[in-house]
Amino acid sequence: MNEKHPMDYLLREDRIPHIWCPGCGLGSSVSCFIMALEDSGLDLNKVVVVSGIGCTGRVAGYINLDSFHTTHGRAIPFATGLALANPELKVVVYSGDGDLIAIGGNHLIHAARRNINMTVICVNNFLYGMTGGQVGPTTPLYAKATTSPYGNFERPFNLVYLAAASGAVYVARWTALHLRRLTKSMTEALQKKGFSFIEIISPCPTSYARRNRLGDGLDQMKFYHDNSIIRHGADPKEADIGFQTKIVVGKFIDVERPDYHTFLTEGLAKVVGERK
Amino acid sequence: MLLSSLGEKKMKYWRKPLDADKVKVPHGKVRIIKDRCKGCGFCVEYCPRDVLELTDEFNIKGYHFPHAKNEEACVNCGLCELVCPEFAIYNIPAEELEEKDDQG
Ligand code: SF4
Ligand code: SF4
Ligand code: SF4
Repeated sequence: MNEKHPMDYLLREDRIPHIWCPGCGLGSSVSCFIMALEDSGLDLNKVVVVSGIGCTGRVAGYINLDSFHTTHGRAIPFATGLALANPELKVVVYSGDGDLIAIGGNHLIHAARRNINMTVICVNNFLYGMTGGQVGPTTPLYAKATTSPYGNFERPFNLVYLAAASGAVYVARWTALHLRRLTKSMTEALQKKGFSFIEIISPCPTSYARRNRLGDGLDQMKFYHDNSIIRHGADPKEADIGFQTKIVVGKFIDVERPDYHTFLTEGLAKVVGERK
Repeated sequence: MLLSSLGEKKMKYWRKPLDADKVKVPHGKVRIIKDRCKGCGFCVEYCPRDVLELTDEFNIKGYHFPHAKNEEACVNCGLCELVCPEFAIYNIPAEELEEKDDQG
């Protein structure tokens, strides 16, 4: 396989083909991310990608930038350290719902509350994919998982509402099929100062779709095509996702608020004076 | 509606320009790295010009990979490149087509 792909320069080519299943949407989201990195005009030497554990957690290992594969749920604290230690960096956390919302949920809300300067890309496949399809706090009501064979009877988090309520200054949701719009949101988020959050609803034929008899990756993409409603500026509260219900997508929040580092430097300057 | 917007970046054609007959049509070629493909069919389904189809052949991993059944129709929109989860297909601009007459 010595043929080159135009995106190869941002991939760790020796690790391609990746481990993701046929029909998984993760690879498509990474294509969009690579396009967004190009479109953002950022100095790629100053972009860092941090992932936790899980299928999406592999992204850090495939992107040919400074990247870190951290422990389960801890991508955001690790990224917070990077962002605070070197404010010139653009820190991107690219991980899954199991990692960011379940195991690391507390880190997410506090990083958003503090408005730490980072972009969080959360690929939501509605369960723990890599470990065998266990139910999680993102699994839609009544959807099946290996550990909820009769269906899930817990109300899931609405991720865009969670991020917005916690204080994120940029919040968007797309499916893995909204390629151009997702790329545009990623570009905007990369250029945004403060805590930006993008949720990507993505096909998981091996775990989620198989348990729920939803067909292959292409069937899930067709479902997104037929059931997504684009509603920019919608109230994230109204954007709940149920089992095979309509999916409200779009850019929900885009506001300006000083980030933590700004408060820190300005606050400190007031107390101890500017340091040379 | 969604489909027409997918290719919007390089292919703004859902509103036909008044000088459409004089404008050169962007034309592309597709390149397929067949041994990377996992046969998901995304590129075949979402190519706006129906350029691609899966072959009956198997690649090194046992998947059916796509080929261009009518490459002349490719408008170089880049959608196949973006939707492919495997970095297995991409488009390159072909020489822009002159007026049909010039082609002889
Ligand atoms: S288990 Fe699901 S999310 Fe993980 S690689 Fe396979 S299809 Fe993708
Ligand atoms: S670039 Fe790809 S998706 Fe676009 S018309 Fe050509 S083959 Fe189809
Ligand atoms: S989108 Fe990529 S992996 Fe899927 S069939 Fe086309 S070339 Fe193969």
